[in-house]
Amino acid sequence: MPNAIEAQKLDVGYGGRQKAVKVLSGLDLTVAAGSFLSILGPSGCGKSTLLRVVADLLDPLDGTISVLGASPQTVRSRRDVGFVFQDSTLLPWRTVRDNVRLPLGVGQRSLSREIEDRSSELLELMGLGGLRERLPHQLSGGQRQRVAIARALLGEPKLLLMDEPFGALDEITRDRLNDELLTLWRRTGTTILFVTHSIAEAAYLGERVIVLAANPGRVVKDLDMRPLKQEGNRCKREDAAIVAAMAELRAALERAS
Amino acid sequence: MRPAPLTPQMAIALPVLGAASILIAWQYLLPLLGVPAYIVPTPTAIFGVFQKNFALLIDNLRPTLIEALAGFVIGNLAAVLLAVVFVHSRILQAAYFPIVLFFNTIPILALSPIIILIFGLGMTPKIVIAAVICFFPTLVNMIRGLDSASDSEHELFRVLSATRSEIFWALRLPRALPMLFSSLRIASATAVIGAIVGEWIGSDKGLGALIIQATFNYQSDRLYAAIVLSSSLSIALFCIVVLIERRVIRY
Repeated sequence: MPNAIEAQKLDVGYGGRQKAVKVLSGLDLTVAAGSFLSILGPSGCGKSTLLRVVADLLDPLDGTISVLGASPQTVRSRRDVGFVFQDSTLLPWRTVRDNVRLPLGVGQRSLSREIEDRSSELLELMGLGGLRERLPHQLSGGQRQRVAIARALLGEPKLLLMDEPFGALDEITRDRLNDELLTLWRRTGTTILFVTHSIAEAAYLGERVIVLAANPGRVVKDLDMRPLKQEGNRCKREDAAIVAAMAELRAALERAS
Repeated sequence: MRPAPLTPQMAIALPVLGAASILIAWQYLLPLLGVPAYIVPTPTAIFGVFQKNFALLIDNLRPTLIEALAGFVIGNLAAVLLAVVFVHSRILQAAYFPIVLFFNTIPILALSPIIILIFGLGMTPKIVIAAVICFFPTLVNMIRGLDSASDSEHELFRVLSATRSEIFWALRLPRALPMLFSSLRIASATAVIGAIVGEWIGSDKGLGALIIQATFNYQSDRLYAAIVLSSSLSIALFCIVVLIERRVIRY
């Protein structure tokens, strides 16, 4: 199986090749298929930019990147990537069910009947079964993000990109959604890239945590969490090894800011 | 502290009482103050015109209604279509939007004689004037509405490899509807104004013509009745727009 992501000497910036403001510079990153990678970093370090390059929302200035063994553009047109945004980006005029089914209605590659039937299964799985006829403004913040995740999972993507999806939620809801996300990840085997501001969240979720520094963005810390956790990326938030890893990540983050 | 909201009964009763108090003052106070009936007729006299000259009023309402409705539909439709063209071609927008803007600064009263010169004396010039007066606010609102989807909404559709037309139907258009309806509400009143202005300048039929004739003949009760009727027409159009809006926009 090819790696989910292989990036070499990746330069990314805004404003044209000549006068570009570089957001990422010389970034090397390899992500194994099926893994869960947390990405930490100060504001402006290019965490979201990295996800946008992977999703083919942004072209790199220089360097190479392959996603699932192909170009980001190919992968996007095959609909192998799901994206969850910080604001849930639900369409306010569509019900919960119709928001989840949005990927069926658009895109050059129409999804099969089999996947269409998956929408109700996904709604049940995300605890949204009773809410399918609701409109987004009738939902709580946590419920909205659940809908956004269900929508991203509808096409059974091989790669799920999450840009601070739980950043605006209260801590209890966030913890609960973290556990639900891990359960989903174990069931689907999807590779997940998870951008967050929260050290605790990054350490709890990730099999591996990288810390990016700003100006320009580059990897300054790459921590393998698997030796600190049990089989299947399981741990308790208060495990001594996890707490120690969080301190290590915090130190790296402070140096990076 | 903010005052407590009115009960539903009071929320209906108070405006009715307010209007009634004005009408009663108008009916009894103005004659007492010596205001002659040929300047301000009493409400009962105006109501009398509706009984006496009902056929005349309806005959003149009909052309105004047709002109205002046709102008409303044509003007708004043209504005929506042009907005769609503009948001899909920044080049066309940059080239022609300033001209539209300039056109909009010409007072409708100055433009009307030209329109009548071009289209003659039938209903057509009135429809054109009503359409022109509706056009600009809808164009501006519709452009803003079609551009109002957020960056992440556009990114979502790009991740899904949506085509331009899918983005239009599933994202841009529904996003634009609230702004479209707010300009349609305004247009429901201005379309009637446009039709009446057109009738002033060159017509012997319609509420506008009736207003002019009644003014010249000092038939002030008839003049006021025509005014009440044209305002009722605007209110009716406005209510239709609001009813449709409530059905279309549920969020």
